[in-house]
Amino acid sequence: MTYRATLDGELYRFADLRQVLARASPQRSGDELAGVAAADPVERIAARHALADVPLAAFLEDLPVPYETDEVTRLIVDTHDAAAFAPVAHMTVGQFRDWLLSHPADAEAIAALSPGLTPEMVAAVSKLMRNQDLIAAARKIRVRTAFRNTQGLPGRLGTRLQPNHPTDDPRGIAASLLDGLLLGVGDAVIGINPATDNIANGIVLLDMLEAVRTRYAIPTQSCVLTHVTNSIAMIERGAPVDLVFQSIAGTEAANTGFGVSLALLAEARDAALSLNRGTVGQDVMYFETGQGAALSANAHHGMDQQTAEVRAYAVARAFSPFLVNTVVGFIGPEYLYDGKQIIRAGLEDHFCGKLMGLPMGCDVCYTNHAEADQDDMDNLMMLLTVAGVNFLIAVPGGDDVMLSYQSLSYHDMLTLRSSFGVRAAPEFEAWLEGMELLDTRGRLRLNAPQALGRIIAPEG
Amino acid sequence: MTKSPPDSAHDPLIDPSTETDPWAPLRGLTRARVGQPRAGDTVAGGEVLAFQLAHARARRAVMAPLRQEALRLDGAVLSVRSQAADRATFIRRPDLGRRLSADSAACLTRGSYDVAFVIADGLSALAAERQAPPLLAACHALLPGWRIAPVVVAHNARVALGDDIAHRLGAGCVVMMIGERPGLSVSDSLSLYMTWDPRPGRLDSERNCISNIHDQGGLSTGAAAAKLAGLLAGARRIGRSGIMLKDETPATLDGLASP
Repeated sequence: MTYRATLDGELYRFADLRQVLARASPQRSGDELAGVAAADPVERIAARHALADVPLAAFLEDLPVPYETDEVTRLIVDTHDAAAFAPVAHMTVGQFRDWLLSHPADAEAIAALSPGLTPEMVAAVSKLMRNQDLIAAARKIRVRTAFRNTQGLPGRLGTRLQPNHPTDDPRGIAASLLDGLLLGVGDAVIGINPATDNIANGIVLLDMLEAVRTRYAIPTQSCVLTHVTNSIAMIERGAPVDLVFQSIAGTEAANTGFGVSLALLAEARDAALSLNRGTVGQDVMYFETGQGAALSANAHHGMDQQTAEVRAYAVARAFSPFLVNTVVGFIGPEYLYDGKQIIRAGLEDHFCGKLMGLPMGCDVCYTNHAEADQDDMDNLMMLLTVAGVNFLIAVPGGDDVMLSYQSLSYHDMLTLRSSFGVRAAPEFEAWLEGMELLDTRGRLRLNAPQALGRIIAPEG
Repeated sequence: MTKSPPDSAHDPLIDPSTETDPWAPLRGLTRARVGQPRAGDTVAGGEVLAFQLAHARARRAVMAPLRQEALRLDGAVLSVRSQAADRATFIRRPDLGRRLSADSAACLTRGSYDVAFVIADGLSALAAERQAPPLLAACHALLPGWRIAPVVVAHNARVALGDDIAHRLGAGCVVMMIGERPGLSVSDSLSLYMTWDPRPGRLDSERNCISNIHDQGGLSTGAAAAKLAGLLAGARRIGRSGIMLKDETPATLDGLASP
């Protein structure tokens, strides 16, 4: 079936839904690199006109990646909830956009609809939404998860403390960890990207995080962001694994490039559940995604990078994750060229993740070869906080000295709390109060580091 | 600015020079920006300027062209360019950075060599200019008996450009010495990518990488050359490179952000 739009007497034809979606996507370098982007600005809008008229039900028939050859497509089709889809089954993509922004589309209505939506429907509607639409609609959706604390509650903003070190030196990691805890960060997870990605090193880091967490009774969870097969092996060796991490993408071939399959992810989740380490919940998975991941593995099947990204969320939601975040600016300027593209992609990823039912967070970040700087990150972190993002990632001073890119800083989290009135998870906030890190107005005390003496004093 | 509680009248974070600064001993443990002085919820202005200077240096390193005269190379040198005509195109189009320009392809004549060394700008010409010449000299010293091709200097080059270069030169192996994406603390870090039997279409999994070569706490050029010599000997023994060939201390490969 072909799709078409006529603008000022000129006919624009699109061969299939995959092409309509790609041509309708906002301009970004990755789609230009892949050769799937609109040829010019008018063709892009023509594609949006055509897309607005497409019935949502068409996405159940016209699949961008064949069912027979891709297990992500099979997951999407086989788990589609027709009953949940029924309320919007008669709508076009354009009508669906208006419905999402309408007053009757409240938190409950959207949550009930979510299992009936496929990633292609969600990607499609996002392409008809301005940035403010992506924020306003996402803001309605709350996705609550729990492990040792509760993430996703209204008025709360979780934070991942990321204390990376170029050689995994435990004392260097401890310095960054303390800095973050004393700045009130780390309720979503204390998560290390290891420089040396092997099992023995992962266990050393997990043991260190466990010692700190239990000594100070911190109601949070830890994670060493290594491959799932390493996490399974660490669990088998008795290591204290709270969350199991994996990078995922939206096609079977791209996931093969990451060395994972749906079966392997299920095995990893079962292994983590067997430890029964959560106290207020048992959501044990942590996924990272990012636009461009499928293209960089040459496994995008002609899809635009944003549609491929939302298909990764279909993978994520099959495993009830505790946390999911897009690494939006990390993959590089060949996918998202500048601050404008990174900001738009961050808002798309957050909205689409939430609409798919995920506890969506973001690594608000950029690399030094992108046309972006910390001002762009300030904008995105504030927009995402207004949009109700579940959590953001923070590193000392915004400078990750292991991965050599810039994310948000611990201090940025304080700025978001004071600017928007958002707070840490309730269990973690109570811990901060118990450690006398907050003043009477809930702000982080300026002399908080004087607690450092108490905290790093030798045991016993 | 946030009103300080009474007990912070002498706040070590407002005046980090004070003897009571609890962060002083911890700053030596990591290059991370820990214990920054605060202004209310954010950091003091000096920290903002320091960050901006580091970013400006990194941006300059990304955009700078590779100056062949700065390499001070002796002997025959071949200069080639990719199909990315300028730095802006190079950053947007990694595919063009992996292909030789027509002129450059024509100037490479076939010989018979064991190994070809390519000095490539990648994402930091500064890294190539500073680390590649001493590294090349150290490699030569460790490879007696190897027939080494004339050194190639490659502009606007990605890693895979080396495959085509070495294939055209008739070299049995290529070593790309390529500038890494600059970080805020180090903007002149170099990586080595070694590929056995190079030809267009080789996969990244068929290469071995030695990264983080710089003189600010990274791998020294001498140590990197020794690692490379070990890898070359291993590759010659098994007739291939890549994931089948193990370095005793594996380099960390950053799959998503390779240059």
